Amino acid sequence: MKCGTDFCIGLLAALANWPASALAANDDAPLNYFLHSYGPSSGPAMILGWVMATVCVAVCIIIGVLLVAAMARKRQPADFRDIGHEEEGLAWVYIGTGLSTCVLFALAIYAMITLNAMAKPATAPGLTLAVTGYDWWWKVVYEDEDPDRRFVTANEIHIPVGVPVLIKLDSADVIHAFWVPLLAGKTQMIPGLVNRQWLQADVAGVYRGQCTQYCGVQHAHMALEVIAQESADFKNWQEAQRQKAILPSAAPAADGLKEFMEHCSGCHAIQGTEATGDHGPDLTHLNSRRLLAAGLLTNNPRQVIEWITHAQDIKPGSRMPSIALSSSERADLSAFLATLN
Amino acid sequence: MNPIAKNSPDELLIRVPEFGRAPLGSEAEKRLASLWETLPGWRGWLATVDHKEIGLRYLVTAFIFLLMGGVEALIMRVQLARPDQALLTPEQYNQLFTMHGVTMIFLYSLPILSGFSNYLWPLLLGSRDMAFPRLNALSYWLFLFAGIFLYVSFPLGQAPNAGWFNYVPFSSLEFNTGPNIDVYALGMVLLGISTTVGAINFVVTLFRMRAPGMSINRVPILVWGTLTASVGNLLAVPSVSLAFFLLWLDRQIGTHFFDAANGGKPLLWQHLFWMFGHPWVYAIVLPAMGIVSDALPTFCRRPLVGYAAVALSTMATMLLGFEVWIHHMFATGLPTLALSFFGAASMVISIPSAVAVFAWVATIWLGRPVFNTPFLFFAGFVMLFVMGGVSGVMTAAVPLDFQLNDTYFIVAHLHYVLLGINVFPVVGGIYYWFPKFFGRMMNETLGKWSFWVMFIGFNIGFFPMHIAGLMGMPRRIYTYSGNMGWNTINMVTSVGAFLFAAGILIFMVNVLISLKRGELAGDNPWDAATLEWSAPSPPKAYNFAVIPLIASRHPLWEDRLNEGEARSSLDEGYLLMQGRETLATTPLDAKPDLILKMPEDSYAPFYLGLFSALIFAGLLLHWWDFAGLMAIAAGIALTAWMWPGRKLEQSVPAMQPAKESEHG
Repeated sequence: MKCGTDFCIGLLAALANWPASALAANDDAPLNYFLHSYGPSSGPAMILGWVMATVCVAVCIIIGVLLVAAMARKRQPADFRDIGHEEEGLAWVYIGTGLSTCVLFALAIYAMITLNAMAKPATAPGLTLAVTGYDWWWKVVYEDEDPDRRFVTANEIHIPVGVPVLIKLDSADVIHAFWVPLLAGKTQMIPGLVNRQWLQADVAGVYRGQCTQYCGVQHAHMALEVIAQESADFKNWQEAQRQKAILPSAAPAADGLKEFMEHCSGCHAIQGTEATGDHGPDLTHLNSRRLLAAGLLTNNPRQVIEWITHAQDIKPGSRMPSIALSSSERADLSAFLATLN
Repeated sequence: MNPIAKNSPDELLIRVPEFGRAPLGSEAEKRLASLWETLPGWRGWLATVDHKEIGLRYLVTAFIFLLMGGVEALIMRVQLARPDQALLTPEQYNQLFTMHGVTMIFLYSLPILSGFSNYLWPLLLGSRDMAFPRLNALSYWLFLFAGIFLYVSFPLGQAPNAGWFNYVPFSSLEFNTGPNIDVYALGMVLLGISTTVGAINFVVTLFRMRAPGMSINRVPILVWGTLTASVGNLLAVPSVSLAFFLLWLDRQIGTHFFDAANGGKPLLWQHLFWMFGHPWVYAIVLPAMGIVSDALPTFCRRPLVGYAAVALSTMATMLLGFEVWIHHMFATGLPTLALSFFGAASMVISIPSAVAVFAWVATIWLGRPVFNTPFLFFAGFVMLFVMGGVSGVMTAAVPLDFQLNDTYFIVAHLHYVLLGINVFPVVGGIYYWFPKFFGRMMNETLGKWSFWVMFIGFNIGFFPMHIAGLMGMPRRIYTYSGNMGWNTINMVTSVGAFLFAAGILIFMVNVLISLKRGELAGDNPWDAATLEWSAPSPPKAYNFAVIPLIASRHPLWEDRLNEGEARSSLDEGYLLMQGRETLATTPLDAKPDLILKMPEDSYAPFYLGLFSALIFAGLLLHWWDFAGLMAIAAGIALTAWMWPGRKLEQSVPAMQPAKESEHG
């Protein structure tokens, strides 16, 4: 049994050039869960998918061949008005249905075994996160018994490699669904209900996620990234995220802070300042993230200011307004945001 | 000759119906025609209760909705053909995909089958009309008005926009402040009335309106399919009507059924919706499967293999169909044990489908197929049915569904099911029964072109969606970025969608040409077995000049099947012409039971439908006084409808049951 499974995985790995590098494989089709799996929270489902797809294709081919043969097979010439007997042919129904039933039962049992095996991780989760869906971004809370060690980030989840991670899912507005297909299946995020799922990455890399429950005008642009890191890297990242922002004292960044407090603090928080808005992503460590606007833009200073001033053109209907800024205000705000490492 | 007179003690009979012949052109036939024909002109048009007229209206109206939904789909396919397109705003896209779903699922797929069943049932069963002809008219008018109602906000850019599944809280007032969702909620309650009264009519018609001798094991499979769908609808529709009514209360009256902040449960919506939604899927495929089970044998020159098995599998499917709604909700965080149960049930439901598939394949194998256009559509259907079925089995595997759910794989699956199992049999069915509807054959050359273009276009359009889904493309996104690996697939899909549309266009051209210039058909151009082909093409207003006596499942093939001695009597039967009359029979054995007095044409159904729709318009616009006024008007229309007339006097049994049926 074990041997067979290994063979399957090896075959699939060959098909998908896996696991040469998670990043490389993800570049051409970052959500392709049918060819790629990077952990025990998605691997068995991928194999199940291949087994079922194979059986299903086989069934289609068999019925297709029977159908064509039934039409094409040679018959004794007969008068159009002749009618065949009604009682014939029941053997087809008995045998066909009997075989189908056996196959279905086998598949049902296999699916249930897989479901049971994937319901919980093999070892207790080493990390617990709370992810809350918002229109149209993700708030991520790294919980800790010590409130000072708890921290908040958005749209980018870091996890340590090889460790099962428990994710608590909730929504602040409408129903969303959390889905990082290369690591695990999806779970809905329903307001008033905390759902749980777990995932685990066995290979370091960047895994894209996407909301799959239709949630309004920008459902298409509600993505996230899970970044799996070696344990030491992850610890460093975690420590960095726990730091409060260091406030600039000199112009132009200090003027930019004022701009921020005036235009942005109603919705965005920066730890260590009076900005505590919670309608938008926490920006304390803005520059540590790879992407902006829930996976839509690459995070660099030019894109940040583009996003601030033209959010409604880039992501129409998003909760982020396009903010009119003079060129000096832009420069100041940019200088301030550049300090949020 | 008259079996009733022979079998019954005379003194028990109040009136023995005359038994005899009424050939075309005879005095009796002329009298029947004058009794049953609808007045010409707009008066007759509004007042008619003729099931054939209503059936055709259902077919035409539903087909127009199919075209509207199809155009919406094509616009979406242009938007999705390439990445990062901006042809549509996100809001426009969301309204389009919502209305596409609403239109296809509610305004096309069941109504088109109701059209077939309305037209065909009395002809298949040997009756002169449905059990409740005026209820039938009401059901159509309500469907039409509900369809218009659901589209009324579309030109204003405020169409329903939360998907056909309309999940709360996105559809609640907090996140959706316009009239969009109110239109949807009220329109669905209105449409639910139409579906319900239509379903009641089918159920009663089956059990009371069959020709004498057409015992329950002799009715065509289409009748089984529609009966099963109707019973399913009677149980399922209340769930969705309730859900939409509660949602409307939440939105407009301030209740909190679905509102988590005030103790409501958003998940409740999903349960109520899918408890309806999944049985509905079977309601919109089982009658279409019935079309194939009845019509395919005609082209295979033999009866269907395994009639009883197919009839039973139809009902088994619906029964199991009420046990599988959770498979739409695998990703909602339900406990593993519940998921296992519903996952297994969702696999088991394909067993009855396997019965039907092997019955069809065996029918073709053992028969001598004639490759006319309808046959091509039915054979194509069998293949698409299997493909849609097995992809459904994949989604029933819970851990796999955690991945497949809400991706394009599901879009592919549901289109294989709904187009494969509904649209292909429907188009094939129109090719098949067109000569009966209009007395002319459809063009074979254009017919074969329409099939191949549709079949190839369909597979080019929808098969790649499976792959898009496996590559992670989520549903209901208005655009996608070019680096996701989905570009080629989406372009191919869009091309296929347009090819498929071209096939539909060829079919429509064929209909229009054949209406005028098609070859004259005669009564039974396909040499088919069932009763509707014994009537003239098109049938007369009274359907059957005499109510026939049925002796087998294939009344028109009896001489050639050598199935015993009994022969159906089609030219000689009950005359029943003291007003609009038809015969009621016992539910299982179809022994003559009552003479039914059938209603005349009436405006009441039209007005009741119109005023009911206006009540809902009043509720939508918050014109409470207007809604009240319309409720009174609807009450008046209902009173006029119910007003007792001497012609409909049925308080005494007109006929005692024949003795043997008391034991039988």
